[in-house]
Amino acid sequence: MAAPAISIAEVSKRFRVFREKPTTLKARLLTSRSRAEDFWALRDVTFDIAEGSTLGLIGHNGSGKTTLLKCVAGILRPSSGVVTQRGRLAALLELGAGFHPELTGRENVYLNASFLGLSRKGTDAAYQGIVDFAELEEFMDNQVKFYSSGMLVRLGFAVAVHVDPEVLLIDEVLAVGDEAFQAKCIDRVRTFQREGRTIVLVTHALDTVREICDRAVMLHRGQVHAIGSPDDVVREMRYVLLGQDEGFIPEEGTREAEIAGVEIVRANGSSDAHIPRGDPFTIVVDVVANEPIADLDADFQILDGSTNHPVLYGRASKAGAVIERFEGKKRVRFHVGAFPYRTGRYWVTIGLTSRDTGHAYHVQTQRYALEVVDAPAVQEQQEVPVRIEVEDR
Amino acid sequence: MTIAAGQVERTSEPPRLRVVPRLRVLVAHREILMNLVRKELKVKYTASVLGAIWSLLNPLVYLAVFSFVARVLGAGIPYFHVYLLSGLLGWNLFSSALTAGSRSVLDNANLVKKVAFPREILPLSAVGVALVDFLLQSVVLILFILLSGYGFHLPELVLWPLAFVTLLVVTVALAMWFAAVNVRYRDVGHLLGIALLVWFWATPIVYASYQVWDLAGDVEWLGIPRFAFYLLNPLASVVEGFHWALYGAEGAGTVLFDVSLGWLAGVLGIVLLASIALLRFTWGVFFNRSADFAEEL
Repeated sequence: MAAPAISIAEVSKRFRVFREKPTTLKARLLTSRSRAEDFWALRDVTFDIAEGSTLGLIGHNGSGKTTLLKCVAGILRPSSGVVTQRGRLAALLELGAGFHPELTGRENVYLNASFLGLSRKGTDAAYQGIVDFAELEEFMDNQVKFYSSGMLVRLGFAVAVHVDPEVLLIDEVLAVGDEAFQAKCIDRVRTFQREGRTIVLVTHALDTVREICDRAVMLHRGQVHAIGSPDDVVREMRYVLLGQDEGFIPEEGTREAEIAGVEIVRANGSSDAHIPRGDPFTIVVDVVANEPIADLDADFQILDGSTNHPVLYGRASKAGAVIERFEGKKRVRFHVGAFPYRTGRYWVTIGLTSRDTGHAYHVQTQRYALEVVDAPAVQEQQEVPVRIEVEDR
Repeated sequence: MTIAAGQVERTSEPPRLRVVPRLRVLVAHREILMNLVRKELKVKYTASVLGAIWSLLNPLVYLAVFSFVARVLGAGIPYFHVYLLSGLLGWNLFSSALTAGSRSVLDNANLVKKVAFPREILPLSAVGVALVDFLLQSVVLILFILLSGYGFHLPELVLWPLAFVTLLVVTVALAMWFAAVNVRYRDVGHLLGIALLVWFWATPIVYASYQVWDLAGDVEWLGIPRFAFYLLNPLASVVEGFHWALYGAEGAGTVLFDVSLGWLAGVLGIVLLASIALLRFTWGVFFNRSADFAEEL
C-alpha cells in the first residue's frame, strides 16, 4: 500500500485559556498566573489519510475538527505529536483565503498563489483560469475590500484549486456562495477525486459527507470517536448529537405493545429506502401486543435530515384506521403517496401510543432513515395523500 | 493528470526552536518574504499621491527642523547635515521597523489564520520595508555628503558595516519580541510609542555625542565609568558607529566621543554579540508563541 498522503500521529493541542483573558499588560499584571487553565483541543489523535481518498471530518462545535485541520495545514503547531504530509497542500479555511483588503484582486491572486507555493510564472499561466472560475473578470483590478463575502469565497476557492494541489483541505467554505457556485465547487471536488487527489473536508453538512466522502472521522471532545464509512460515522454522529440534546429520548414506552420491525418499501417492492423524488412508498410496521390492548394507535413522523423540521405526519386513528382490541401480531402500513420533498436524508419516527390517553407504549424517535434521490428541487408545502390500513396477522 | 507523489514532504514544526534547521526553513521561504515586503510597500504607497517620496521627506523635514533648533540653541556642529542624517537614518530604520514589526502579526491576521508559512517572516518583512526606506534615504544622505564637498573618509568608513549589522540584529531581535507579545497584550503598542520617544533622546542623534562624554566626565558609579551606562543603550553605540563612519574625520574628539576607532569597534563588537544573544532569546519567545497565533488573533 502506498504511503498515506497525511499521517497524523498522536497529535495533541493544548491551549491556555484565561478565565478572563487579559488583553492588556495592566490586566496581565493584576491577574495571577494561576488563572490560566489548560484546555486540550486535541488529545492523542492518530489516523492516516490515504492518498487519493476523500475524508470527511465531522463533530459538533468545539470537538476540535477545525483545530485538527489547522494542524494539518500547518497554521497551528501541535503541542505534541507529528503531522506528516506529502505533496503540495492548499487549505481553504473560513472566508477569503488570506486576502489583503488594500490590494486588488489580481495582486491578491499572485500573493496568495505564492503562499501556496506557486511561482510567478506558474501563476501567470494559471491566472486566466482562476479569473474564469471565480467569474470575477471585471473586478480583478478592484481592491478586495470592495468584494462581497461571496466574491471572496469564489476567488479563494478558485486560487486554491488552480495551484494544482495534491492535498486540498476545505473547511465549511462550500456552505457559502450561491447555489450555482456551490454546484461548481462540488463538481470541482469530484474532478479532484477522479484525478486521485486527496481531499479533507470539514463540514456540518452531514449529507455532503455521505455524498462525496469515501471515509469519515468523527471527533468528540478532541478525540477520535468514530472512524469508518461515511454512513456509519454520520449515524454515530447523529446519535451523539441527539444524545446531547436536553430531553431527547431515542426510545421510550412501557412496552405492552412493541415495534417488532420497520421496513420502508418502494412502489416496486424494493426496500433499500432510496426513494426517487415524487415516488410513493410505504412504511411497514410490525406490531406485537404482549397483552390485550384496546386503545392502540400507530403514528409516524418524517423529519428533514438537514433541517430537522418535520415534513410529514400521520396517525392511524385519524386516517380512519382504528385498531380494535387485540393481542399478538399486527402489521400497520403507512402508504405515503408521491413524496415531493427535496433529495436528501429523512428521519422516521414510529410511535405506538394510547388512542385515549396518549400514553406511550413504544416510541422510536428518528430511529429509521430514508433517502430521497435524484429529482428537481421543489420545496413548497403540498397535499400529500396518505392512506393507512390495518390488517390482522 | 498524474501526480508526482512524495515530492514535497512536510512535517509539523517541532515544539521548540532549533536555530539551524529553522534558518534553513526561512531561507527556503525567502520568496514569501520578498512578496510580503513588496505587498507592504504597495499598500503603503499606492493610496498616496507622492508615493515613495514621503520616505525621503522625513529626513529632510528633520534636517530643516533640527538645523533651526541647533541654530537657536547655538550648538555649532560643523557639517550638521552630515552629522544629523548619518545617525538619523539608522534611527529611522530602527523605529519604523519596530513600530511596524510590533503590529506585523496583528495586521496580517488574515494570513496568519489561513495560510501556513514561517511566522518569523512577518516581523522580518517589517524590517525589510524599513530597510527599503533606509536605502532610499541613504541616497539623500550620499548626495548631501558628496554635494556639500564633505566626502567619504577612510579608515573611519570601515565602522559602517559593523554598525549596520549590529543595528539590524538589534532591530530584528526587538521586532520579534514586540510582534509576539503584542498578539496577546495589545497595549504593548502604546508602550512602544512612549519608549521610542524616550529612546530617541537617549541616543545621540540631534545633539553632539561629545556633550554626553563631556558631561559624564571621569565620575565613576560602582567603580564603572559613568559614561559606560550611556552605552548600555545599544542604539547609542550603533548611532555613534554611524557617526564615526561618516563623520569621524571631522568630529572625533570635538563632536563625537573622544575615543579611538578601535575602542568604538570593540564596543560595537560587544553590542553585536549581546544582540545576537538577545535575538536567540526573542526568537525563541516568538517561535513558542507563534504556535497559537492563529487561535489568539
